Amino acid sequence: MSQSSQLWANPVWTNLDQIFVLLQHWVEGFFPVWLQPAVGTVLGVIAIVAAFPGIFALTTVLERKGLGRMQNRLGPNRVGPFGILQPVADGIKSLTKEDIVPLTADGVVHFLAPVVLVIAVFLGFAVLPVGRNMVLTNLDAGLLFFFAIGASTELSVFMAGWSSRNKYSLLGAMRAVAQMISYEVPLLLSSVVAVMITGSLSTVKIVEAQSGFTGIFPHWYVFTPWGFAGFVLFVIAALAETNRSPFDLPEGESELVAGYFTEYSGFKFALFFLGEYLGMFSIAGFAITLFLGGWGAPLSVLEIIPSWAWFFAKLLCAIFFFIWLRGTLPRLRQDQLMNFAWKFMLPMSLLNLLVAGAWRFLGDGWLRWIVCSAVLLLAYGLLGRVLMRHQRLGARSYRYAD
Amino acid sequence: MIFGLSIVFVLTSILTVAGALAAALLKNLVHCALSLTITFAGLALLYLQLDAQFAGFSQILVYIGAVAILVVFAILLTRGAGIPEYRSFSSSWLAGITISAGVFALLAWAVTKSLSASASSSAAPQVTVQQIGLALMSSYVLPLEIVAVLLTVALIGAVIVAMPESRTPKSESSQGGDR
Amino acid sequence: MLGEGILKGLGETAKNFAGSFVSKERLTTVQYPEERVAPIENTRDFPFLVYDGDDKMAGLRCVACQICEKECPPKCIYIVKSTDKKPDYVGKPQIYPARFDIDISVCMSCQICVEVCPFEAIKMDTEFELSTTDRFGGLLFDRDHLSKSNEHYHKIHPTEASEVDARLAEEKAKAEAKAKAAAEAAAAKAAAAATAPTAKPVPAKEPGA
Repeated sequence: MSQSSQLWANPVWTNLDQIFVLLQHWVEGFFPVWLQPAVGTVLGVIAIVAAFPGIFALTTVLERKGLGRMQNRLGPNRVGPFGILQPVADGIKSLTKEDIVPLTADGVVHFLAPVVLVIAVFLGFAVLPVGRNMVLTNLDAGLLFFFAIGASTELSVFMAGWSSRNKYSLLGAMRAVAQMISYEVPLLLSSVVAVMITGSLSTVKIVEAQSGFTGIFPHWYVFTPWGFAGFVLFVIAALAETNRSPFDLPEGESELVAGYFTEYSGFKFALFFLGEYLGMFSIAGFAITLFLGGWGAPLSVLEIIPSWAWFFAKLLCAIFFFIWLRGTLPRLRQDQLMNFAWKFMLPMSLLNLLVAGAWRFLGDGWLRWIVCSAVLLLAYGLLGRVLMRHQRLGARSYRYAD
Repeated sequence: MIFGLSIVFVLTSILTVAGALAAALLKNLVHCALSLTITFAGLALLYLQLDAQFAGFSQILVYIGAVAILVVFAILLTRGAGIPEYRSFSSSWLAGITISAGVFALLAWAVTKSLSASASSSAAPQVTVQQIGLALMSSYVLPLEIVAVLLTVALIGAVIVAMPESRTPKSESSQGGDR
Repeated sequence: MLGEGILKGLGETAKNFAGSFVSKERLTTVQYPEERVAPIENTRDFPFLVYDGDDKMAGLRCVACQICEKECPPKCIYIVKSTDKKPDYVGKPQIYPARFDIDISVCMSCQICVEVCPFEAIKMDTEFELSTTDRFGGLLFDRDHLSKSNEHYHKIHPTEASEVDARLAEEKAKAEAKAKAAAEAAAAKAAAAATAPTAKPVPAKEPGA
């Protein structure tokens, strides 16, 4: 565990940190022994199903207000003080809208697509360590489980697009699946570096390996050259996996109406929306787990604050960063997207693997820092130079009608 | 326990067999592909019941995440998703039943023979991902490298097949923008 | 360098975000409908008929010449001429429109009716909050609804209105001068005719000044 100050000896802070675990044990105490594991799991599931959709509701408001402020306007501010109750209004709206299913649509598959998406996304939260001793299942191959479940979401996107029997939905679905498949590879490769250095696929062990401190600075992987590169690559691939701006071509309103969810209305649309955002949270949670030290505090003196509070604080920062990117960048075209994945991200993530291996075998000391950083920066510069060679980017010229 | 098998195993195998039967008997080709996906999921659950975590999750990642998508894309790109005009039962059904009965008999004999031979081992071996990795890197490194070469060849082949036909030296911006 | 543009863009939006809390003049939107932004002078929406003075009927400038009805591209104006006449601003008796309907669901605010009107009778209004629950009659404006006073015209388009008023006043003055000259000429002629037989010995040096 972490070797930090004597603050840990104080039982008040330990209890605050473990408050949810203690709560779980207390509720379990009411049941006979043979039923206790099941009750514990059910409580964990209830906590996940309550917490993350709650964060989803908060995110919709934050996104609209944040985007508004970035665009020099206020966001929604009518429902509740400063517009905080807007998700309640949105929820009521989507629940009361008529559920329209096209006549020629494939009924069963059309109905199952949002269900499959939401199931797959909720399953992904099972291996996310939200705090110290707070993970639903400590699987030995936890990371592999998460990526396997993430791959299943592509299937639901395809089901949605195909079952609507609509040219635009099918086109959107094909594009979305192509994008998701292309970015799976850099996603997996950039997460492999963290697994390599930790030596285990279990998310709990990866977080524990980052919970040490040298002086007051933490051992997070993002503070190492290969970790920083891996983190950047993972975040870009995560944006593409969850169809988030600037990679949101499959659901771009100006291109394809709403892409693969054109024919969905009412609650099914709300389920798709929920599934997408929850997918964003779970992948952000994994980025935090793999590279940003999970539930660890950034400075050893700040360990008083409970571990779950740190995790959610980092999650909120990640969400804000995604909203910031959405407000800044224009949408990428399909071919630009694909080129970026195969020509830039794949070579960089393969190189990152080599650099992480070199890090491990160069031994402790300043040499490995210099060598690894130099290799990565050189590769980044060269690759960027080579790939941008054919672009005719000059100063902007304006033509006005006379 | 039904016939000495746990109830979870019975349910999972019913799901798997139902998916496989649906994949063979349904008329709409995309429905067949989706029921094949259910079969893959059932297989993954069977692996997980045997505590083979790595195999189970790899099954989901590779089969459901990649192979099923590949099957569906192949169906769509070759216009096979319309209503088929042929019947789902072919005219050579007698030969089909004979061959499948033969194969089933062979497999059943092999399985029961191996069961009776290793009836004493009750505890399943606990194989961790680390052991799999070590085995791949030490005793199975040659198959690993061969598979890597095979994948590279397939990737290069795909790029060559998908490349546009005429590559004159003057057409530099016809490949779309490089990032 | 790859990625430089992205970082610059991120800085720009961060400045916008932080600035929106600090300086209120960054936010250019208003809390409609409690506050409204004042429209600029050249705003235009749908036409209205101008009348001078207080009486809608007596001061109505429109003489039902039907030029605007003919020139309107989507044909949204419907005019029925009256059978009697009333005096216009220079005193000449003119017909007036018995019916003047504009269907504003058809009107495309092209202002052609304003441009062709020779009597400065139809001008563009700035009212835009015109939604109604009556599908059929709610968007069909009749002559009474469309007649608005010259003061209203001054309020919404001050420079234009003053220009129009100056022009009309000039024409009125010219017309009056002409009428006065004609009246004087007629009076002189009448006086000349009246004193014609006794005018021989006395030369006619009448009030021609």
